[in-house]
Amino acid sequence: MKIYFYILLMAVTTYLIRMLPLTLFQKQITNKYIRSFLYYVPYACLTAMTVPAIFYATKSVISAAVGFAVAVILGYKKQSLPVVALFACIAVFIMERLLGL
Amino acid sequence: MNKDFLEGAKDSVPIAVGYFSVSFTFGIMAAGYGISPLTAGMISLTNVTSAGQFAGLTLMMANASYIEMFLTQLVINLRYALMSLSLTQKLAPNMNTPRRLLTSYAVTDEIFAVAVTKDKPLTLPYMLGLEWIPILSWTAGTIAGGIANNLLPASVQSALGLALYGMFVAIVLPPMRESRAVFYVALIALLFSCLFYYVPLFAKVSSGFSIIISTLLAAGAGALLFPREEPSEADDPKPAEGGALR
Repeated sequence: MKIYFYILLMAVTTYLIRMLPLTLFQKQITNKYIRSFLYYVPYACLTAMTVPAIFYATKSVISAAVGFAVAVILGYKKQSLPVVALFACIAVFIMERLLGL
Repeated sequence: MNKDFLEGAKDSVPIAVGYFSVSFTFGIMAAGYGISPLTAGMISLTNVTSAGQFAGLTLMMANASYIEMFLTQLVINLRYALMSLSLTQKLAPNMNTPRRLLTSYAVTDEIFAVAVTKDKPLTLPYMLGLEWIPILSWTAGTIAGGIANNLLPASVQSALGLALYGMFVAIVLPPMRESRAVFYVALIALLFSCLFYYVPLFAKVSSGFSIIISTLLAAGAGALLFPREEPSEADDPKPAEGGALR
């Protein structure tokens, strides 16, 4: 039974974190520093989530690094999200076969 | 079918595919701890968060206190508050409180990333399309993982581990190339994130906090060093379609 209390607590906490800022700030922010800050948040956040975690997302740091390199090259060439993700995964798969993992 | 809903659904497909494989792993892990596939599916349906759920699972197994569970979820998921705040600036003017209550249900890393880089104001149908296919895929993947326990060969699972990160790279790289400011912001975030991971003194900081602090410092530095002069809509390279929204 306790597990359902855990689940409820997790769900409510997580929802409130997402919901409160989204509903409380109804106005367009005009301050240019705050606007700039919010504009940069996604890039900062996604980068912080990706590096260094990406290097430990597969069986070996080497295969992950190769996948990362492929993603960076294709991303730089402005390929679409699924294309970048797919080829990064294929690169990992091939590299791990080569490494005999 | 609403045009915006379909567009959101279409944009969500890569996210949904990535989610299935990640939540499949979560389902396998939950099954390993003796949690039934349906209960695990319920966790995914009600939480829609990866790191938070994995951490929650660990705490459940440790029979942790409720306050510990609350604090852990708060810290790991606090980044969503920043994302939600950032999203408020992209919402269409007709997004009233009830619509916002619905929209905020699934502000995840990936859904946020796609929504915030969309080149027009976000409407409720668009957000529902963008959110609900990944939510259902996240839930279905969990249940499937719980049932199958080990269907995908380990080699494929390992390769799929890179899918979501590959998407992140694809989102950040093009603007880094266009804008010196975004390049430096990303670089600062990367340096702090690595600092928290590799330097022993800082390595005790949880990964959730490390992401929050790195984000605040990098975006803050960006705002101070490269404040953007343009008023609100100058971010958009082209006028939004169906311009009546303004």
